[in-house]
Amino acid sequence: MTSNGALRIKEAFAKGKALVCFVTGGDPSVAQTEAYILDMIKAGADVIEVGIPFSDPIAEGQVIQEANIRALAADTNINSLFAMVQRLRLQGETKTPILFMGYLNPILHYGYDSFFSKCAINGVDGVIVADLPYVEKCEIAAVAKAYGVAVISMIAPTTADRIEEIASNAEGFIYLVSSLGVTGERSQLHAELGQTIARIRKVTTVPVAVGFGVHSPEQAQMLTASDAGINADGVIIGSALVRKIAASPQTAGGEIAVLLNKIKTKMKNL
Amino acid sequence: MSDVSEVKASEVKASKENANESANEAPSAAGNAAPKEAPSAAGNAAPNEAPSSASNNTPTATRYTPTAAKNQKGRFGEFGGQYIPETLVSELIQLELAYEQASKDIQFKQELATLLNTYANRPSLLYFAKKMTEDLGGAKVYLKREDLNHTGSHKINNVLGQCLLAKRRGKTRVIAETGAGQHGVATATAAALMGMQCEVFMGREDTMRQALNVYRMELLGARVHSVTTGTQTLKDAVNEAMREWVSRIDDTHYVLGSVMGPHPFPTIVRDFQSVISAEARAQILEREGALPAAVVACVGGGSNAAGMFHHFVNDTSVALIGCEAAGRGISTGEHAATIATGEIGVFHGMKSLFCQDSNGQIAPVYSISAGLDYPGIGPEHAWLHSTGRAKYIPITDDEAVSAFEYLSRTEGIIAAIESAHAVAYAIVLAQELKKHESIIVCLSGRGDKDVAAIARYCGKDISE
Repeated sequence: MTSNGALRIKEAFAKGKALVCFVTGGDPSVAQTEAYILDMIKAGADVIEVGIPFSDPIAEGQVIQEANIRALAADTNINSLFAMVQRLRLQGETKTPILFMGYLNPILHYGYDSFFSKCAINGVDGVIVADLPYVEKCEIAAVAKAYGVAVISMIAPTTADRIEEIASNAEGFIYLVSSLGVTGERSQLHAELGQTIARIRKVTTVPVAVGFGVHSPEQAQMLTASDAGINADGVIIGSALVRKIAASPQTAGGEIAVLLNKIKTKMKNL
Repeated sequence: MSDVSEVKASEVKASKENANESANEAPSAAGNAAPKEAPSAAGNAAPNEAPSSASNNTPTATRYTPTAAKNQKGRFGEFGGQYIPETLVSELIQLELAYEQASKDIQFKQELATLLNTYANRPSLLYFAKKMTEDLGGAKVYLKREDLNHTGSHKINNVLGQCLLAKRRGKTRVIAETGAGQHGVATATAAALMGMQCEVFMGREDTMRQALNVYRMELLGARVHSVTTGTQTLKDAVNEAMREWVSRIDDTHYVLGSVMGPHPFPTIVRDFQSVISAEARAQILEREGALPAAVVACVGGGSNAAGMFHHFVNDTSVALIGCEAAGRGISTGEHAATIATGEIGVFHGMKSLFCQDSNGQIAPVYSISAGLDYPGIGPEHAWLHSTGRAKYIPITDDEAVSAFEYLSRTEGIIAAIESAHAVAYAIVLAQELKKHESIIVCLSGRGDKDVAAIARYCGKDISE
């Protein structure tokens, strides 16, 4: 069985400026994550990223590092996350793209063929691997393609003269890293995001979403407004949601929905 | 009890024969990926590997642009690579270019040689351990005295090279991870000498085991960050250093302390450490008129071993032996024996062997030695192991402590507990070889830092 993850992602971005929401799978339990995802979709999330927890998440700031620890303490693994996605798909969540985001080692250990075949079977449309830059993409590119799973490429403020090459080979969407450093909310984003997006648009129609540090409705508006110089196709919000889960897992679903509603409203009223 | 005695001299001989086959694949070529080379040829140590056979499970060939085709840079067979966040890729490309230019630049080489000779006390002695040799009754034991370097270990060799390179690139600040503190002290020293800012990341557990080294770094003007995440040891110190680096690429060079991490680090560190074997090979030929039967070094990430092995790799009659930390014993699960128990994986920027669980989570490891307490090993060692050119032997805490005490009493040399792992195997090996043969043990560091911890291990409570 194969799927076409890139197509489902494309349709999600075709509806307008997209809101991509990250949650660490299994924080504090897989059942809770499943509920949060339903809350997010209801509140307007266009794409869901589920973090596969890893013991040593080197690209994460403290908020998501701690989420990884909680998820591992709850015995979360790739199989339990596949089962969760399958349940979501069986409940009728068939339109919203769901991506896995994580580090290469758990996927390598699972076996690339097993992993991507199960992505296709269970309805995981794409993967974002934080420690697999474009220069190493071939590690998984062929097998992911065979099963129709999109491998999302990242472009960073330091990517410089490799922007065009990465963009012209991108699939699904391009994950534009907003600033130097690890994940986590921040007020200052890199000054040249607009120029980078303009360079990307010259070589591809694949949409661009900005992540790392995005946490407020105002930022989301500033990043996606067509007249504000950046004009991204979407934003990725992670640590701000995970922080709410850490603070109060029982009420986080509702609080996340309120924040996402505000962000969506700002992104619509451009 | 003894994991050491499991490997006999006969296996050392066998390794010599296996080695002949791999002799033509010069590992020195592995990491020296020239950036202008065609991607298909760039620095791949395994000549038979077709680019399309990228990953184990690749079902079909697909079209990809040259740089997306299997990244051959800094590969040692299938090991190595650049598995790091995109933000760091350009910096690694720049580092590689700068290193290649520097390594061809006579002025850079002279500057480094002058520092090594006039500041770090090189060349280091090749000391004939006469009493130890007589006591063991077998092969002649030579000790390569890296413990006599300035700052007390081999770490200074790499650090002087990397800091010179960082300065040349206009960096004003260096960061480093450290386990036992030796690499942190060396980095703080070089930073002080060259007028650079220095921050060192050290696991909280290690700051307690090696409190003296924390203060040494502070005396040298460095800021020490106690890392409280994860297992609070070397692995977590590397995580934090990488997180810091990705935030401050513009002015900061990450002085990686071992032959690990993403390309080009495994090659750069090996090259700077290879001064050990360049000297040792010439010294033993002068003294003995013959190559040694074996060279022995301890292995955590593997920098002193890589330096000790490098100029002997093509001498296939010389057995290369790395000694890894078996902690409380392999069977207890409390160890850091990556070669003995690890599986292939990707972590800290490299594909190599790692201690990990059934879900691919990096496993907590243990060793009495903070410097060997690491769940992975450098990619070139994984490759030397997979080709059979080098052998890796697990050594327990008990065996290392016995060797630490033995060398102190027999030769009047207090070695680092890391180096004592190599001494432990040398004691076994020397007895199994003939009197006309010789072995060289890399005494990678001095043991002053370990005295209090060894006393505690032996049930004696002393205050520093």
